[in-house]
Amino acid sequence: MSPRHKSIETKHMQERAQFFSALKSLDRRSFLKVSAAAFGAAAASGLVTPHAFQPVKVYAQGAGGKQEPFSFAYISDSHLYKRTLNDRFINALMRAVDDVNAMDPQPDFVFYGGDLAQLGQPEELELGAQILKNLKAPLRVMVGEHDWYYDMGEKWRALFGEPTYSFDHKGVHFVVLNSVVEKDFWTARGLSAMDRMKTVAGLDNGVQSPFSVGAEQRTWLENDLKGKPATTPLVVFSHSPLYKLYRNWNFWTDDAEEVQAILRRFRQVCVFHGHTHQMLTNRIGNIHFQGFLSTAWPWPYAPQGLPELTVQMARPDPFNPNDGCGDGAITVHPDGLADIVHNLWNRNPVTILRTYTASNGKKDKPEAPLRRSY
Amino acid sequence: MGNTSMMRRLGLIGIGVLASCAHSAAPAPGTPGAADPNAAAGGSADSTEVLLCDGQTKVSVAAGTPGTAVAGALMTEWLRKNPNSNWEAEERERHTLQPAADNSALIGQVQGQTYGQVTAQDVALWKAETERVATAGSEVFHNADQLGSTIGVSCDMCHPHAANTHPETYPKYQNQLGRVALLRDMINWCIQHPVRGKAMESEDPKLRALEAYILAQRKGKVLEYGKH
Repeated sequence: MSPRHKSIETKHMQERAQFFSALKSLDRRSFLKVSAAAFGAAAASGLVTPHAFQPVKVYAQGAGGKQEPFSFAYISDSHLYKRTLNDRFINALMRAVDDVNAMDPQPDFVFYGGDLAQLGQPEELELGAQILKNLKAPLRVMVGEHDWYYDMGEKWRALFGEPTYSFDHKGVHFVVLNSVVEKDFWTARGLSAMDRMKTVAGLDNGVQSPFSVGAEQRTWLENDLKGKPATTPLVVFSHSPLYKLYRNWNFWTDDAEEVQAILRRFRQVCVFHGHTHQMLTNRIGNIHFQGFLSTAWPWPYAPQGLPELTVQMARPDPFNPNDGCGDGAITVHPDGLADIVHNLWNRNPVTILRTYTASNGKKDKPEAPLRRSY
Repeated sequence: MGNTSMMRRLGLIGIGVLASCAHSAAPAPGTPGAADPNAAAGGSADSTEVLLCDGQTKVSVAAGTPGTAVAGALMTEWLRKNPNSNWEAEERERHTLQPAADNSALIGQVQGQTYGQVTAQDVALWKAETERVATAGSEVFHNADQLGSTIGVSCDMCHPHAANTHPETYPKYQNQLGRVALLRDMINWCIQHPVRGKAMESEDPKLRALEAYILAQRKGKVLEYGKH
């Protein structure tokens, strides 16, 4: 075949490679330029928007008053079983680690969004920690319910430390919460540790209780934010969305309003969450929410309660292994808002610019997929 | 008209027959019964062994034990041997099931054929039995071992409450298979690939139950066969 005639797949992969190479060392202006160029190429070849990576880019103010953006990567929800049982989820997490290690320039750090293990087994968590050690960039980890309810966080804490913490990076204040606190449903039922874990592990299992952050962590959060000026760029990580989406699948945090109230006095707040295994965008007042992809499997969209700002990812194709899965990258801007790239494996990446939520969906709306969830 | 009145009469006769059967069955001698301490299957002078109607479960009770206590003891023993006996209520508590259609509007109506008049008991039976099959499907759907997964994967991991299964769109041409697939073909495809188990035979009770559960959960959706 002559080189002028390329297969659809070859063209697609070349465009994708071009797009990613152009994403290297971007400032805001060239970022838009690249997006536009890639969109043009995609439109010409009859494809939809060509973004599927999830870099989250936050812009920060340097010590000298000079504002500069920075990026970090996001990997989440790998649900690892022990090595001898399931290689599928292990390979997927390794793929995400490879993705992030291939980013050039490297992200400032990598954030892991919870549910590293499937059944909270010590060997599952150890396996996950071992795979994540291959990351070149520094790692920060958040807890998910699958990591916690076998031994109530004992092994997780031994590996990663306390689940609630905060840190500052390039002028941005980051807070990490454990939002998957459940009320004790197991003692009265006489459930074993494994039965408790399996109950929590079932998304549609109605025996478990709704997630919450809880009074103790809310007090901690108030103290942590005390004295911070309202202009401080603030990023909050939670495993479940810090709002009420769909109770039956625990796409939900029971005390979401109380947590939001603590964050209300800040000018801009970003909340990034895992758990929902899908692209999910919401805004409540000053708080901008983004949900990230899983490496293991995609969840369907909830039958009700979907936020208006959410642009759905395409309905995953079961015949296409790892479709609907992926990882992400985030670029934080000096104003405290962030651009997101969802790196959907096997599909074009999807970019959600900070102007989209800032304009309440009027500007830079991502392309809607051809086949939506129904 | 004449037909209808004849059926009505037949229906009455049927009930009469049932009533007399029930009457004659009660005092039948030698039948082991839960509340019948006379139905002894052995034992000493002080204690009597009582056999449950399953012919297997038995307990020893002192002579003169009241019948209710004997029945209670037998039931406790049976529950101990059958820890899964409450499976249906337990499964329904874990995983909400869409209710089967309510047919109570038919109660008291005469259908004009051999089944006679529809009673409240009929309607309750239809619902209970139908939902039982769907509930059995829910158990399989949520259990990697019952599905025969070699990698610990069950249906609910991608399809909570059977969401995104779209049974109402089958049969349809599956591009990826190059042929028309029925719902059961897709269930089996999922069992073989993401779940990494063995495809089930069409008549496998587990596959039938899975189909029942998936269809039940999409209650109210319009049938649109062929839809992608």
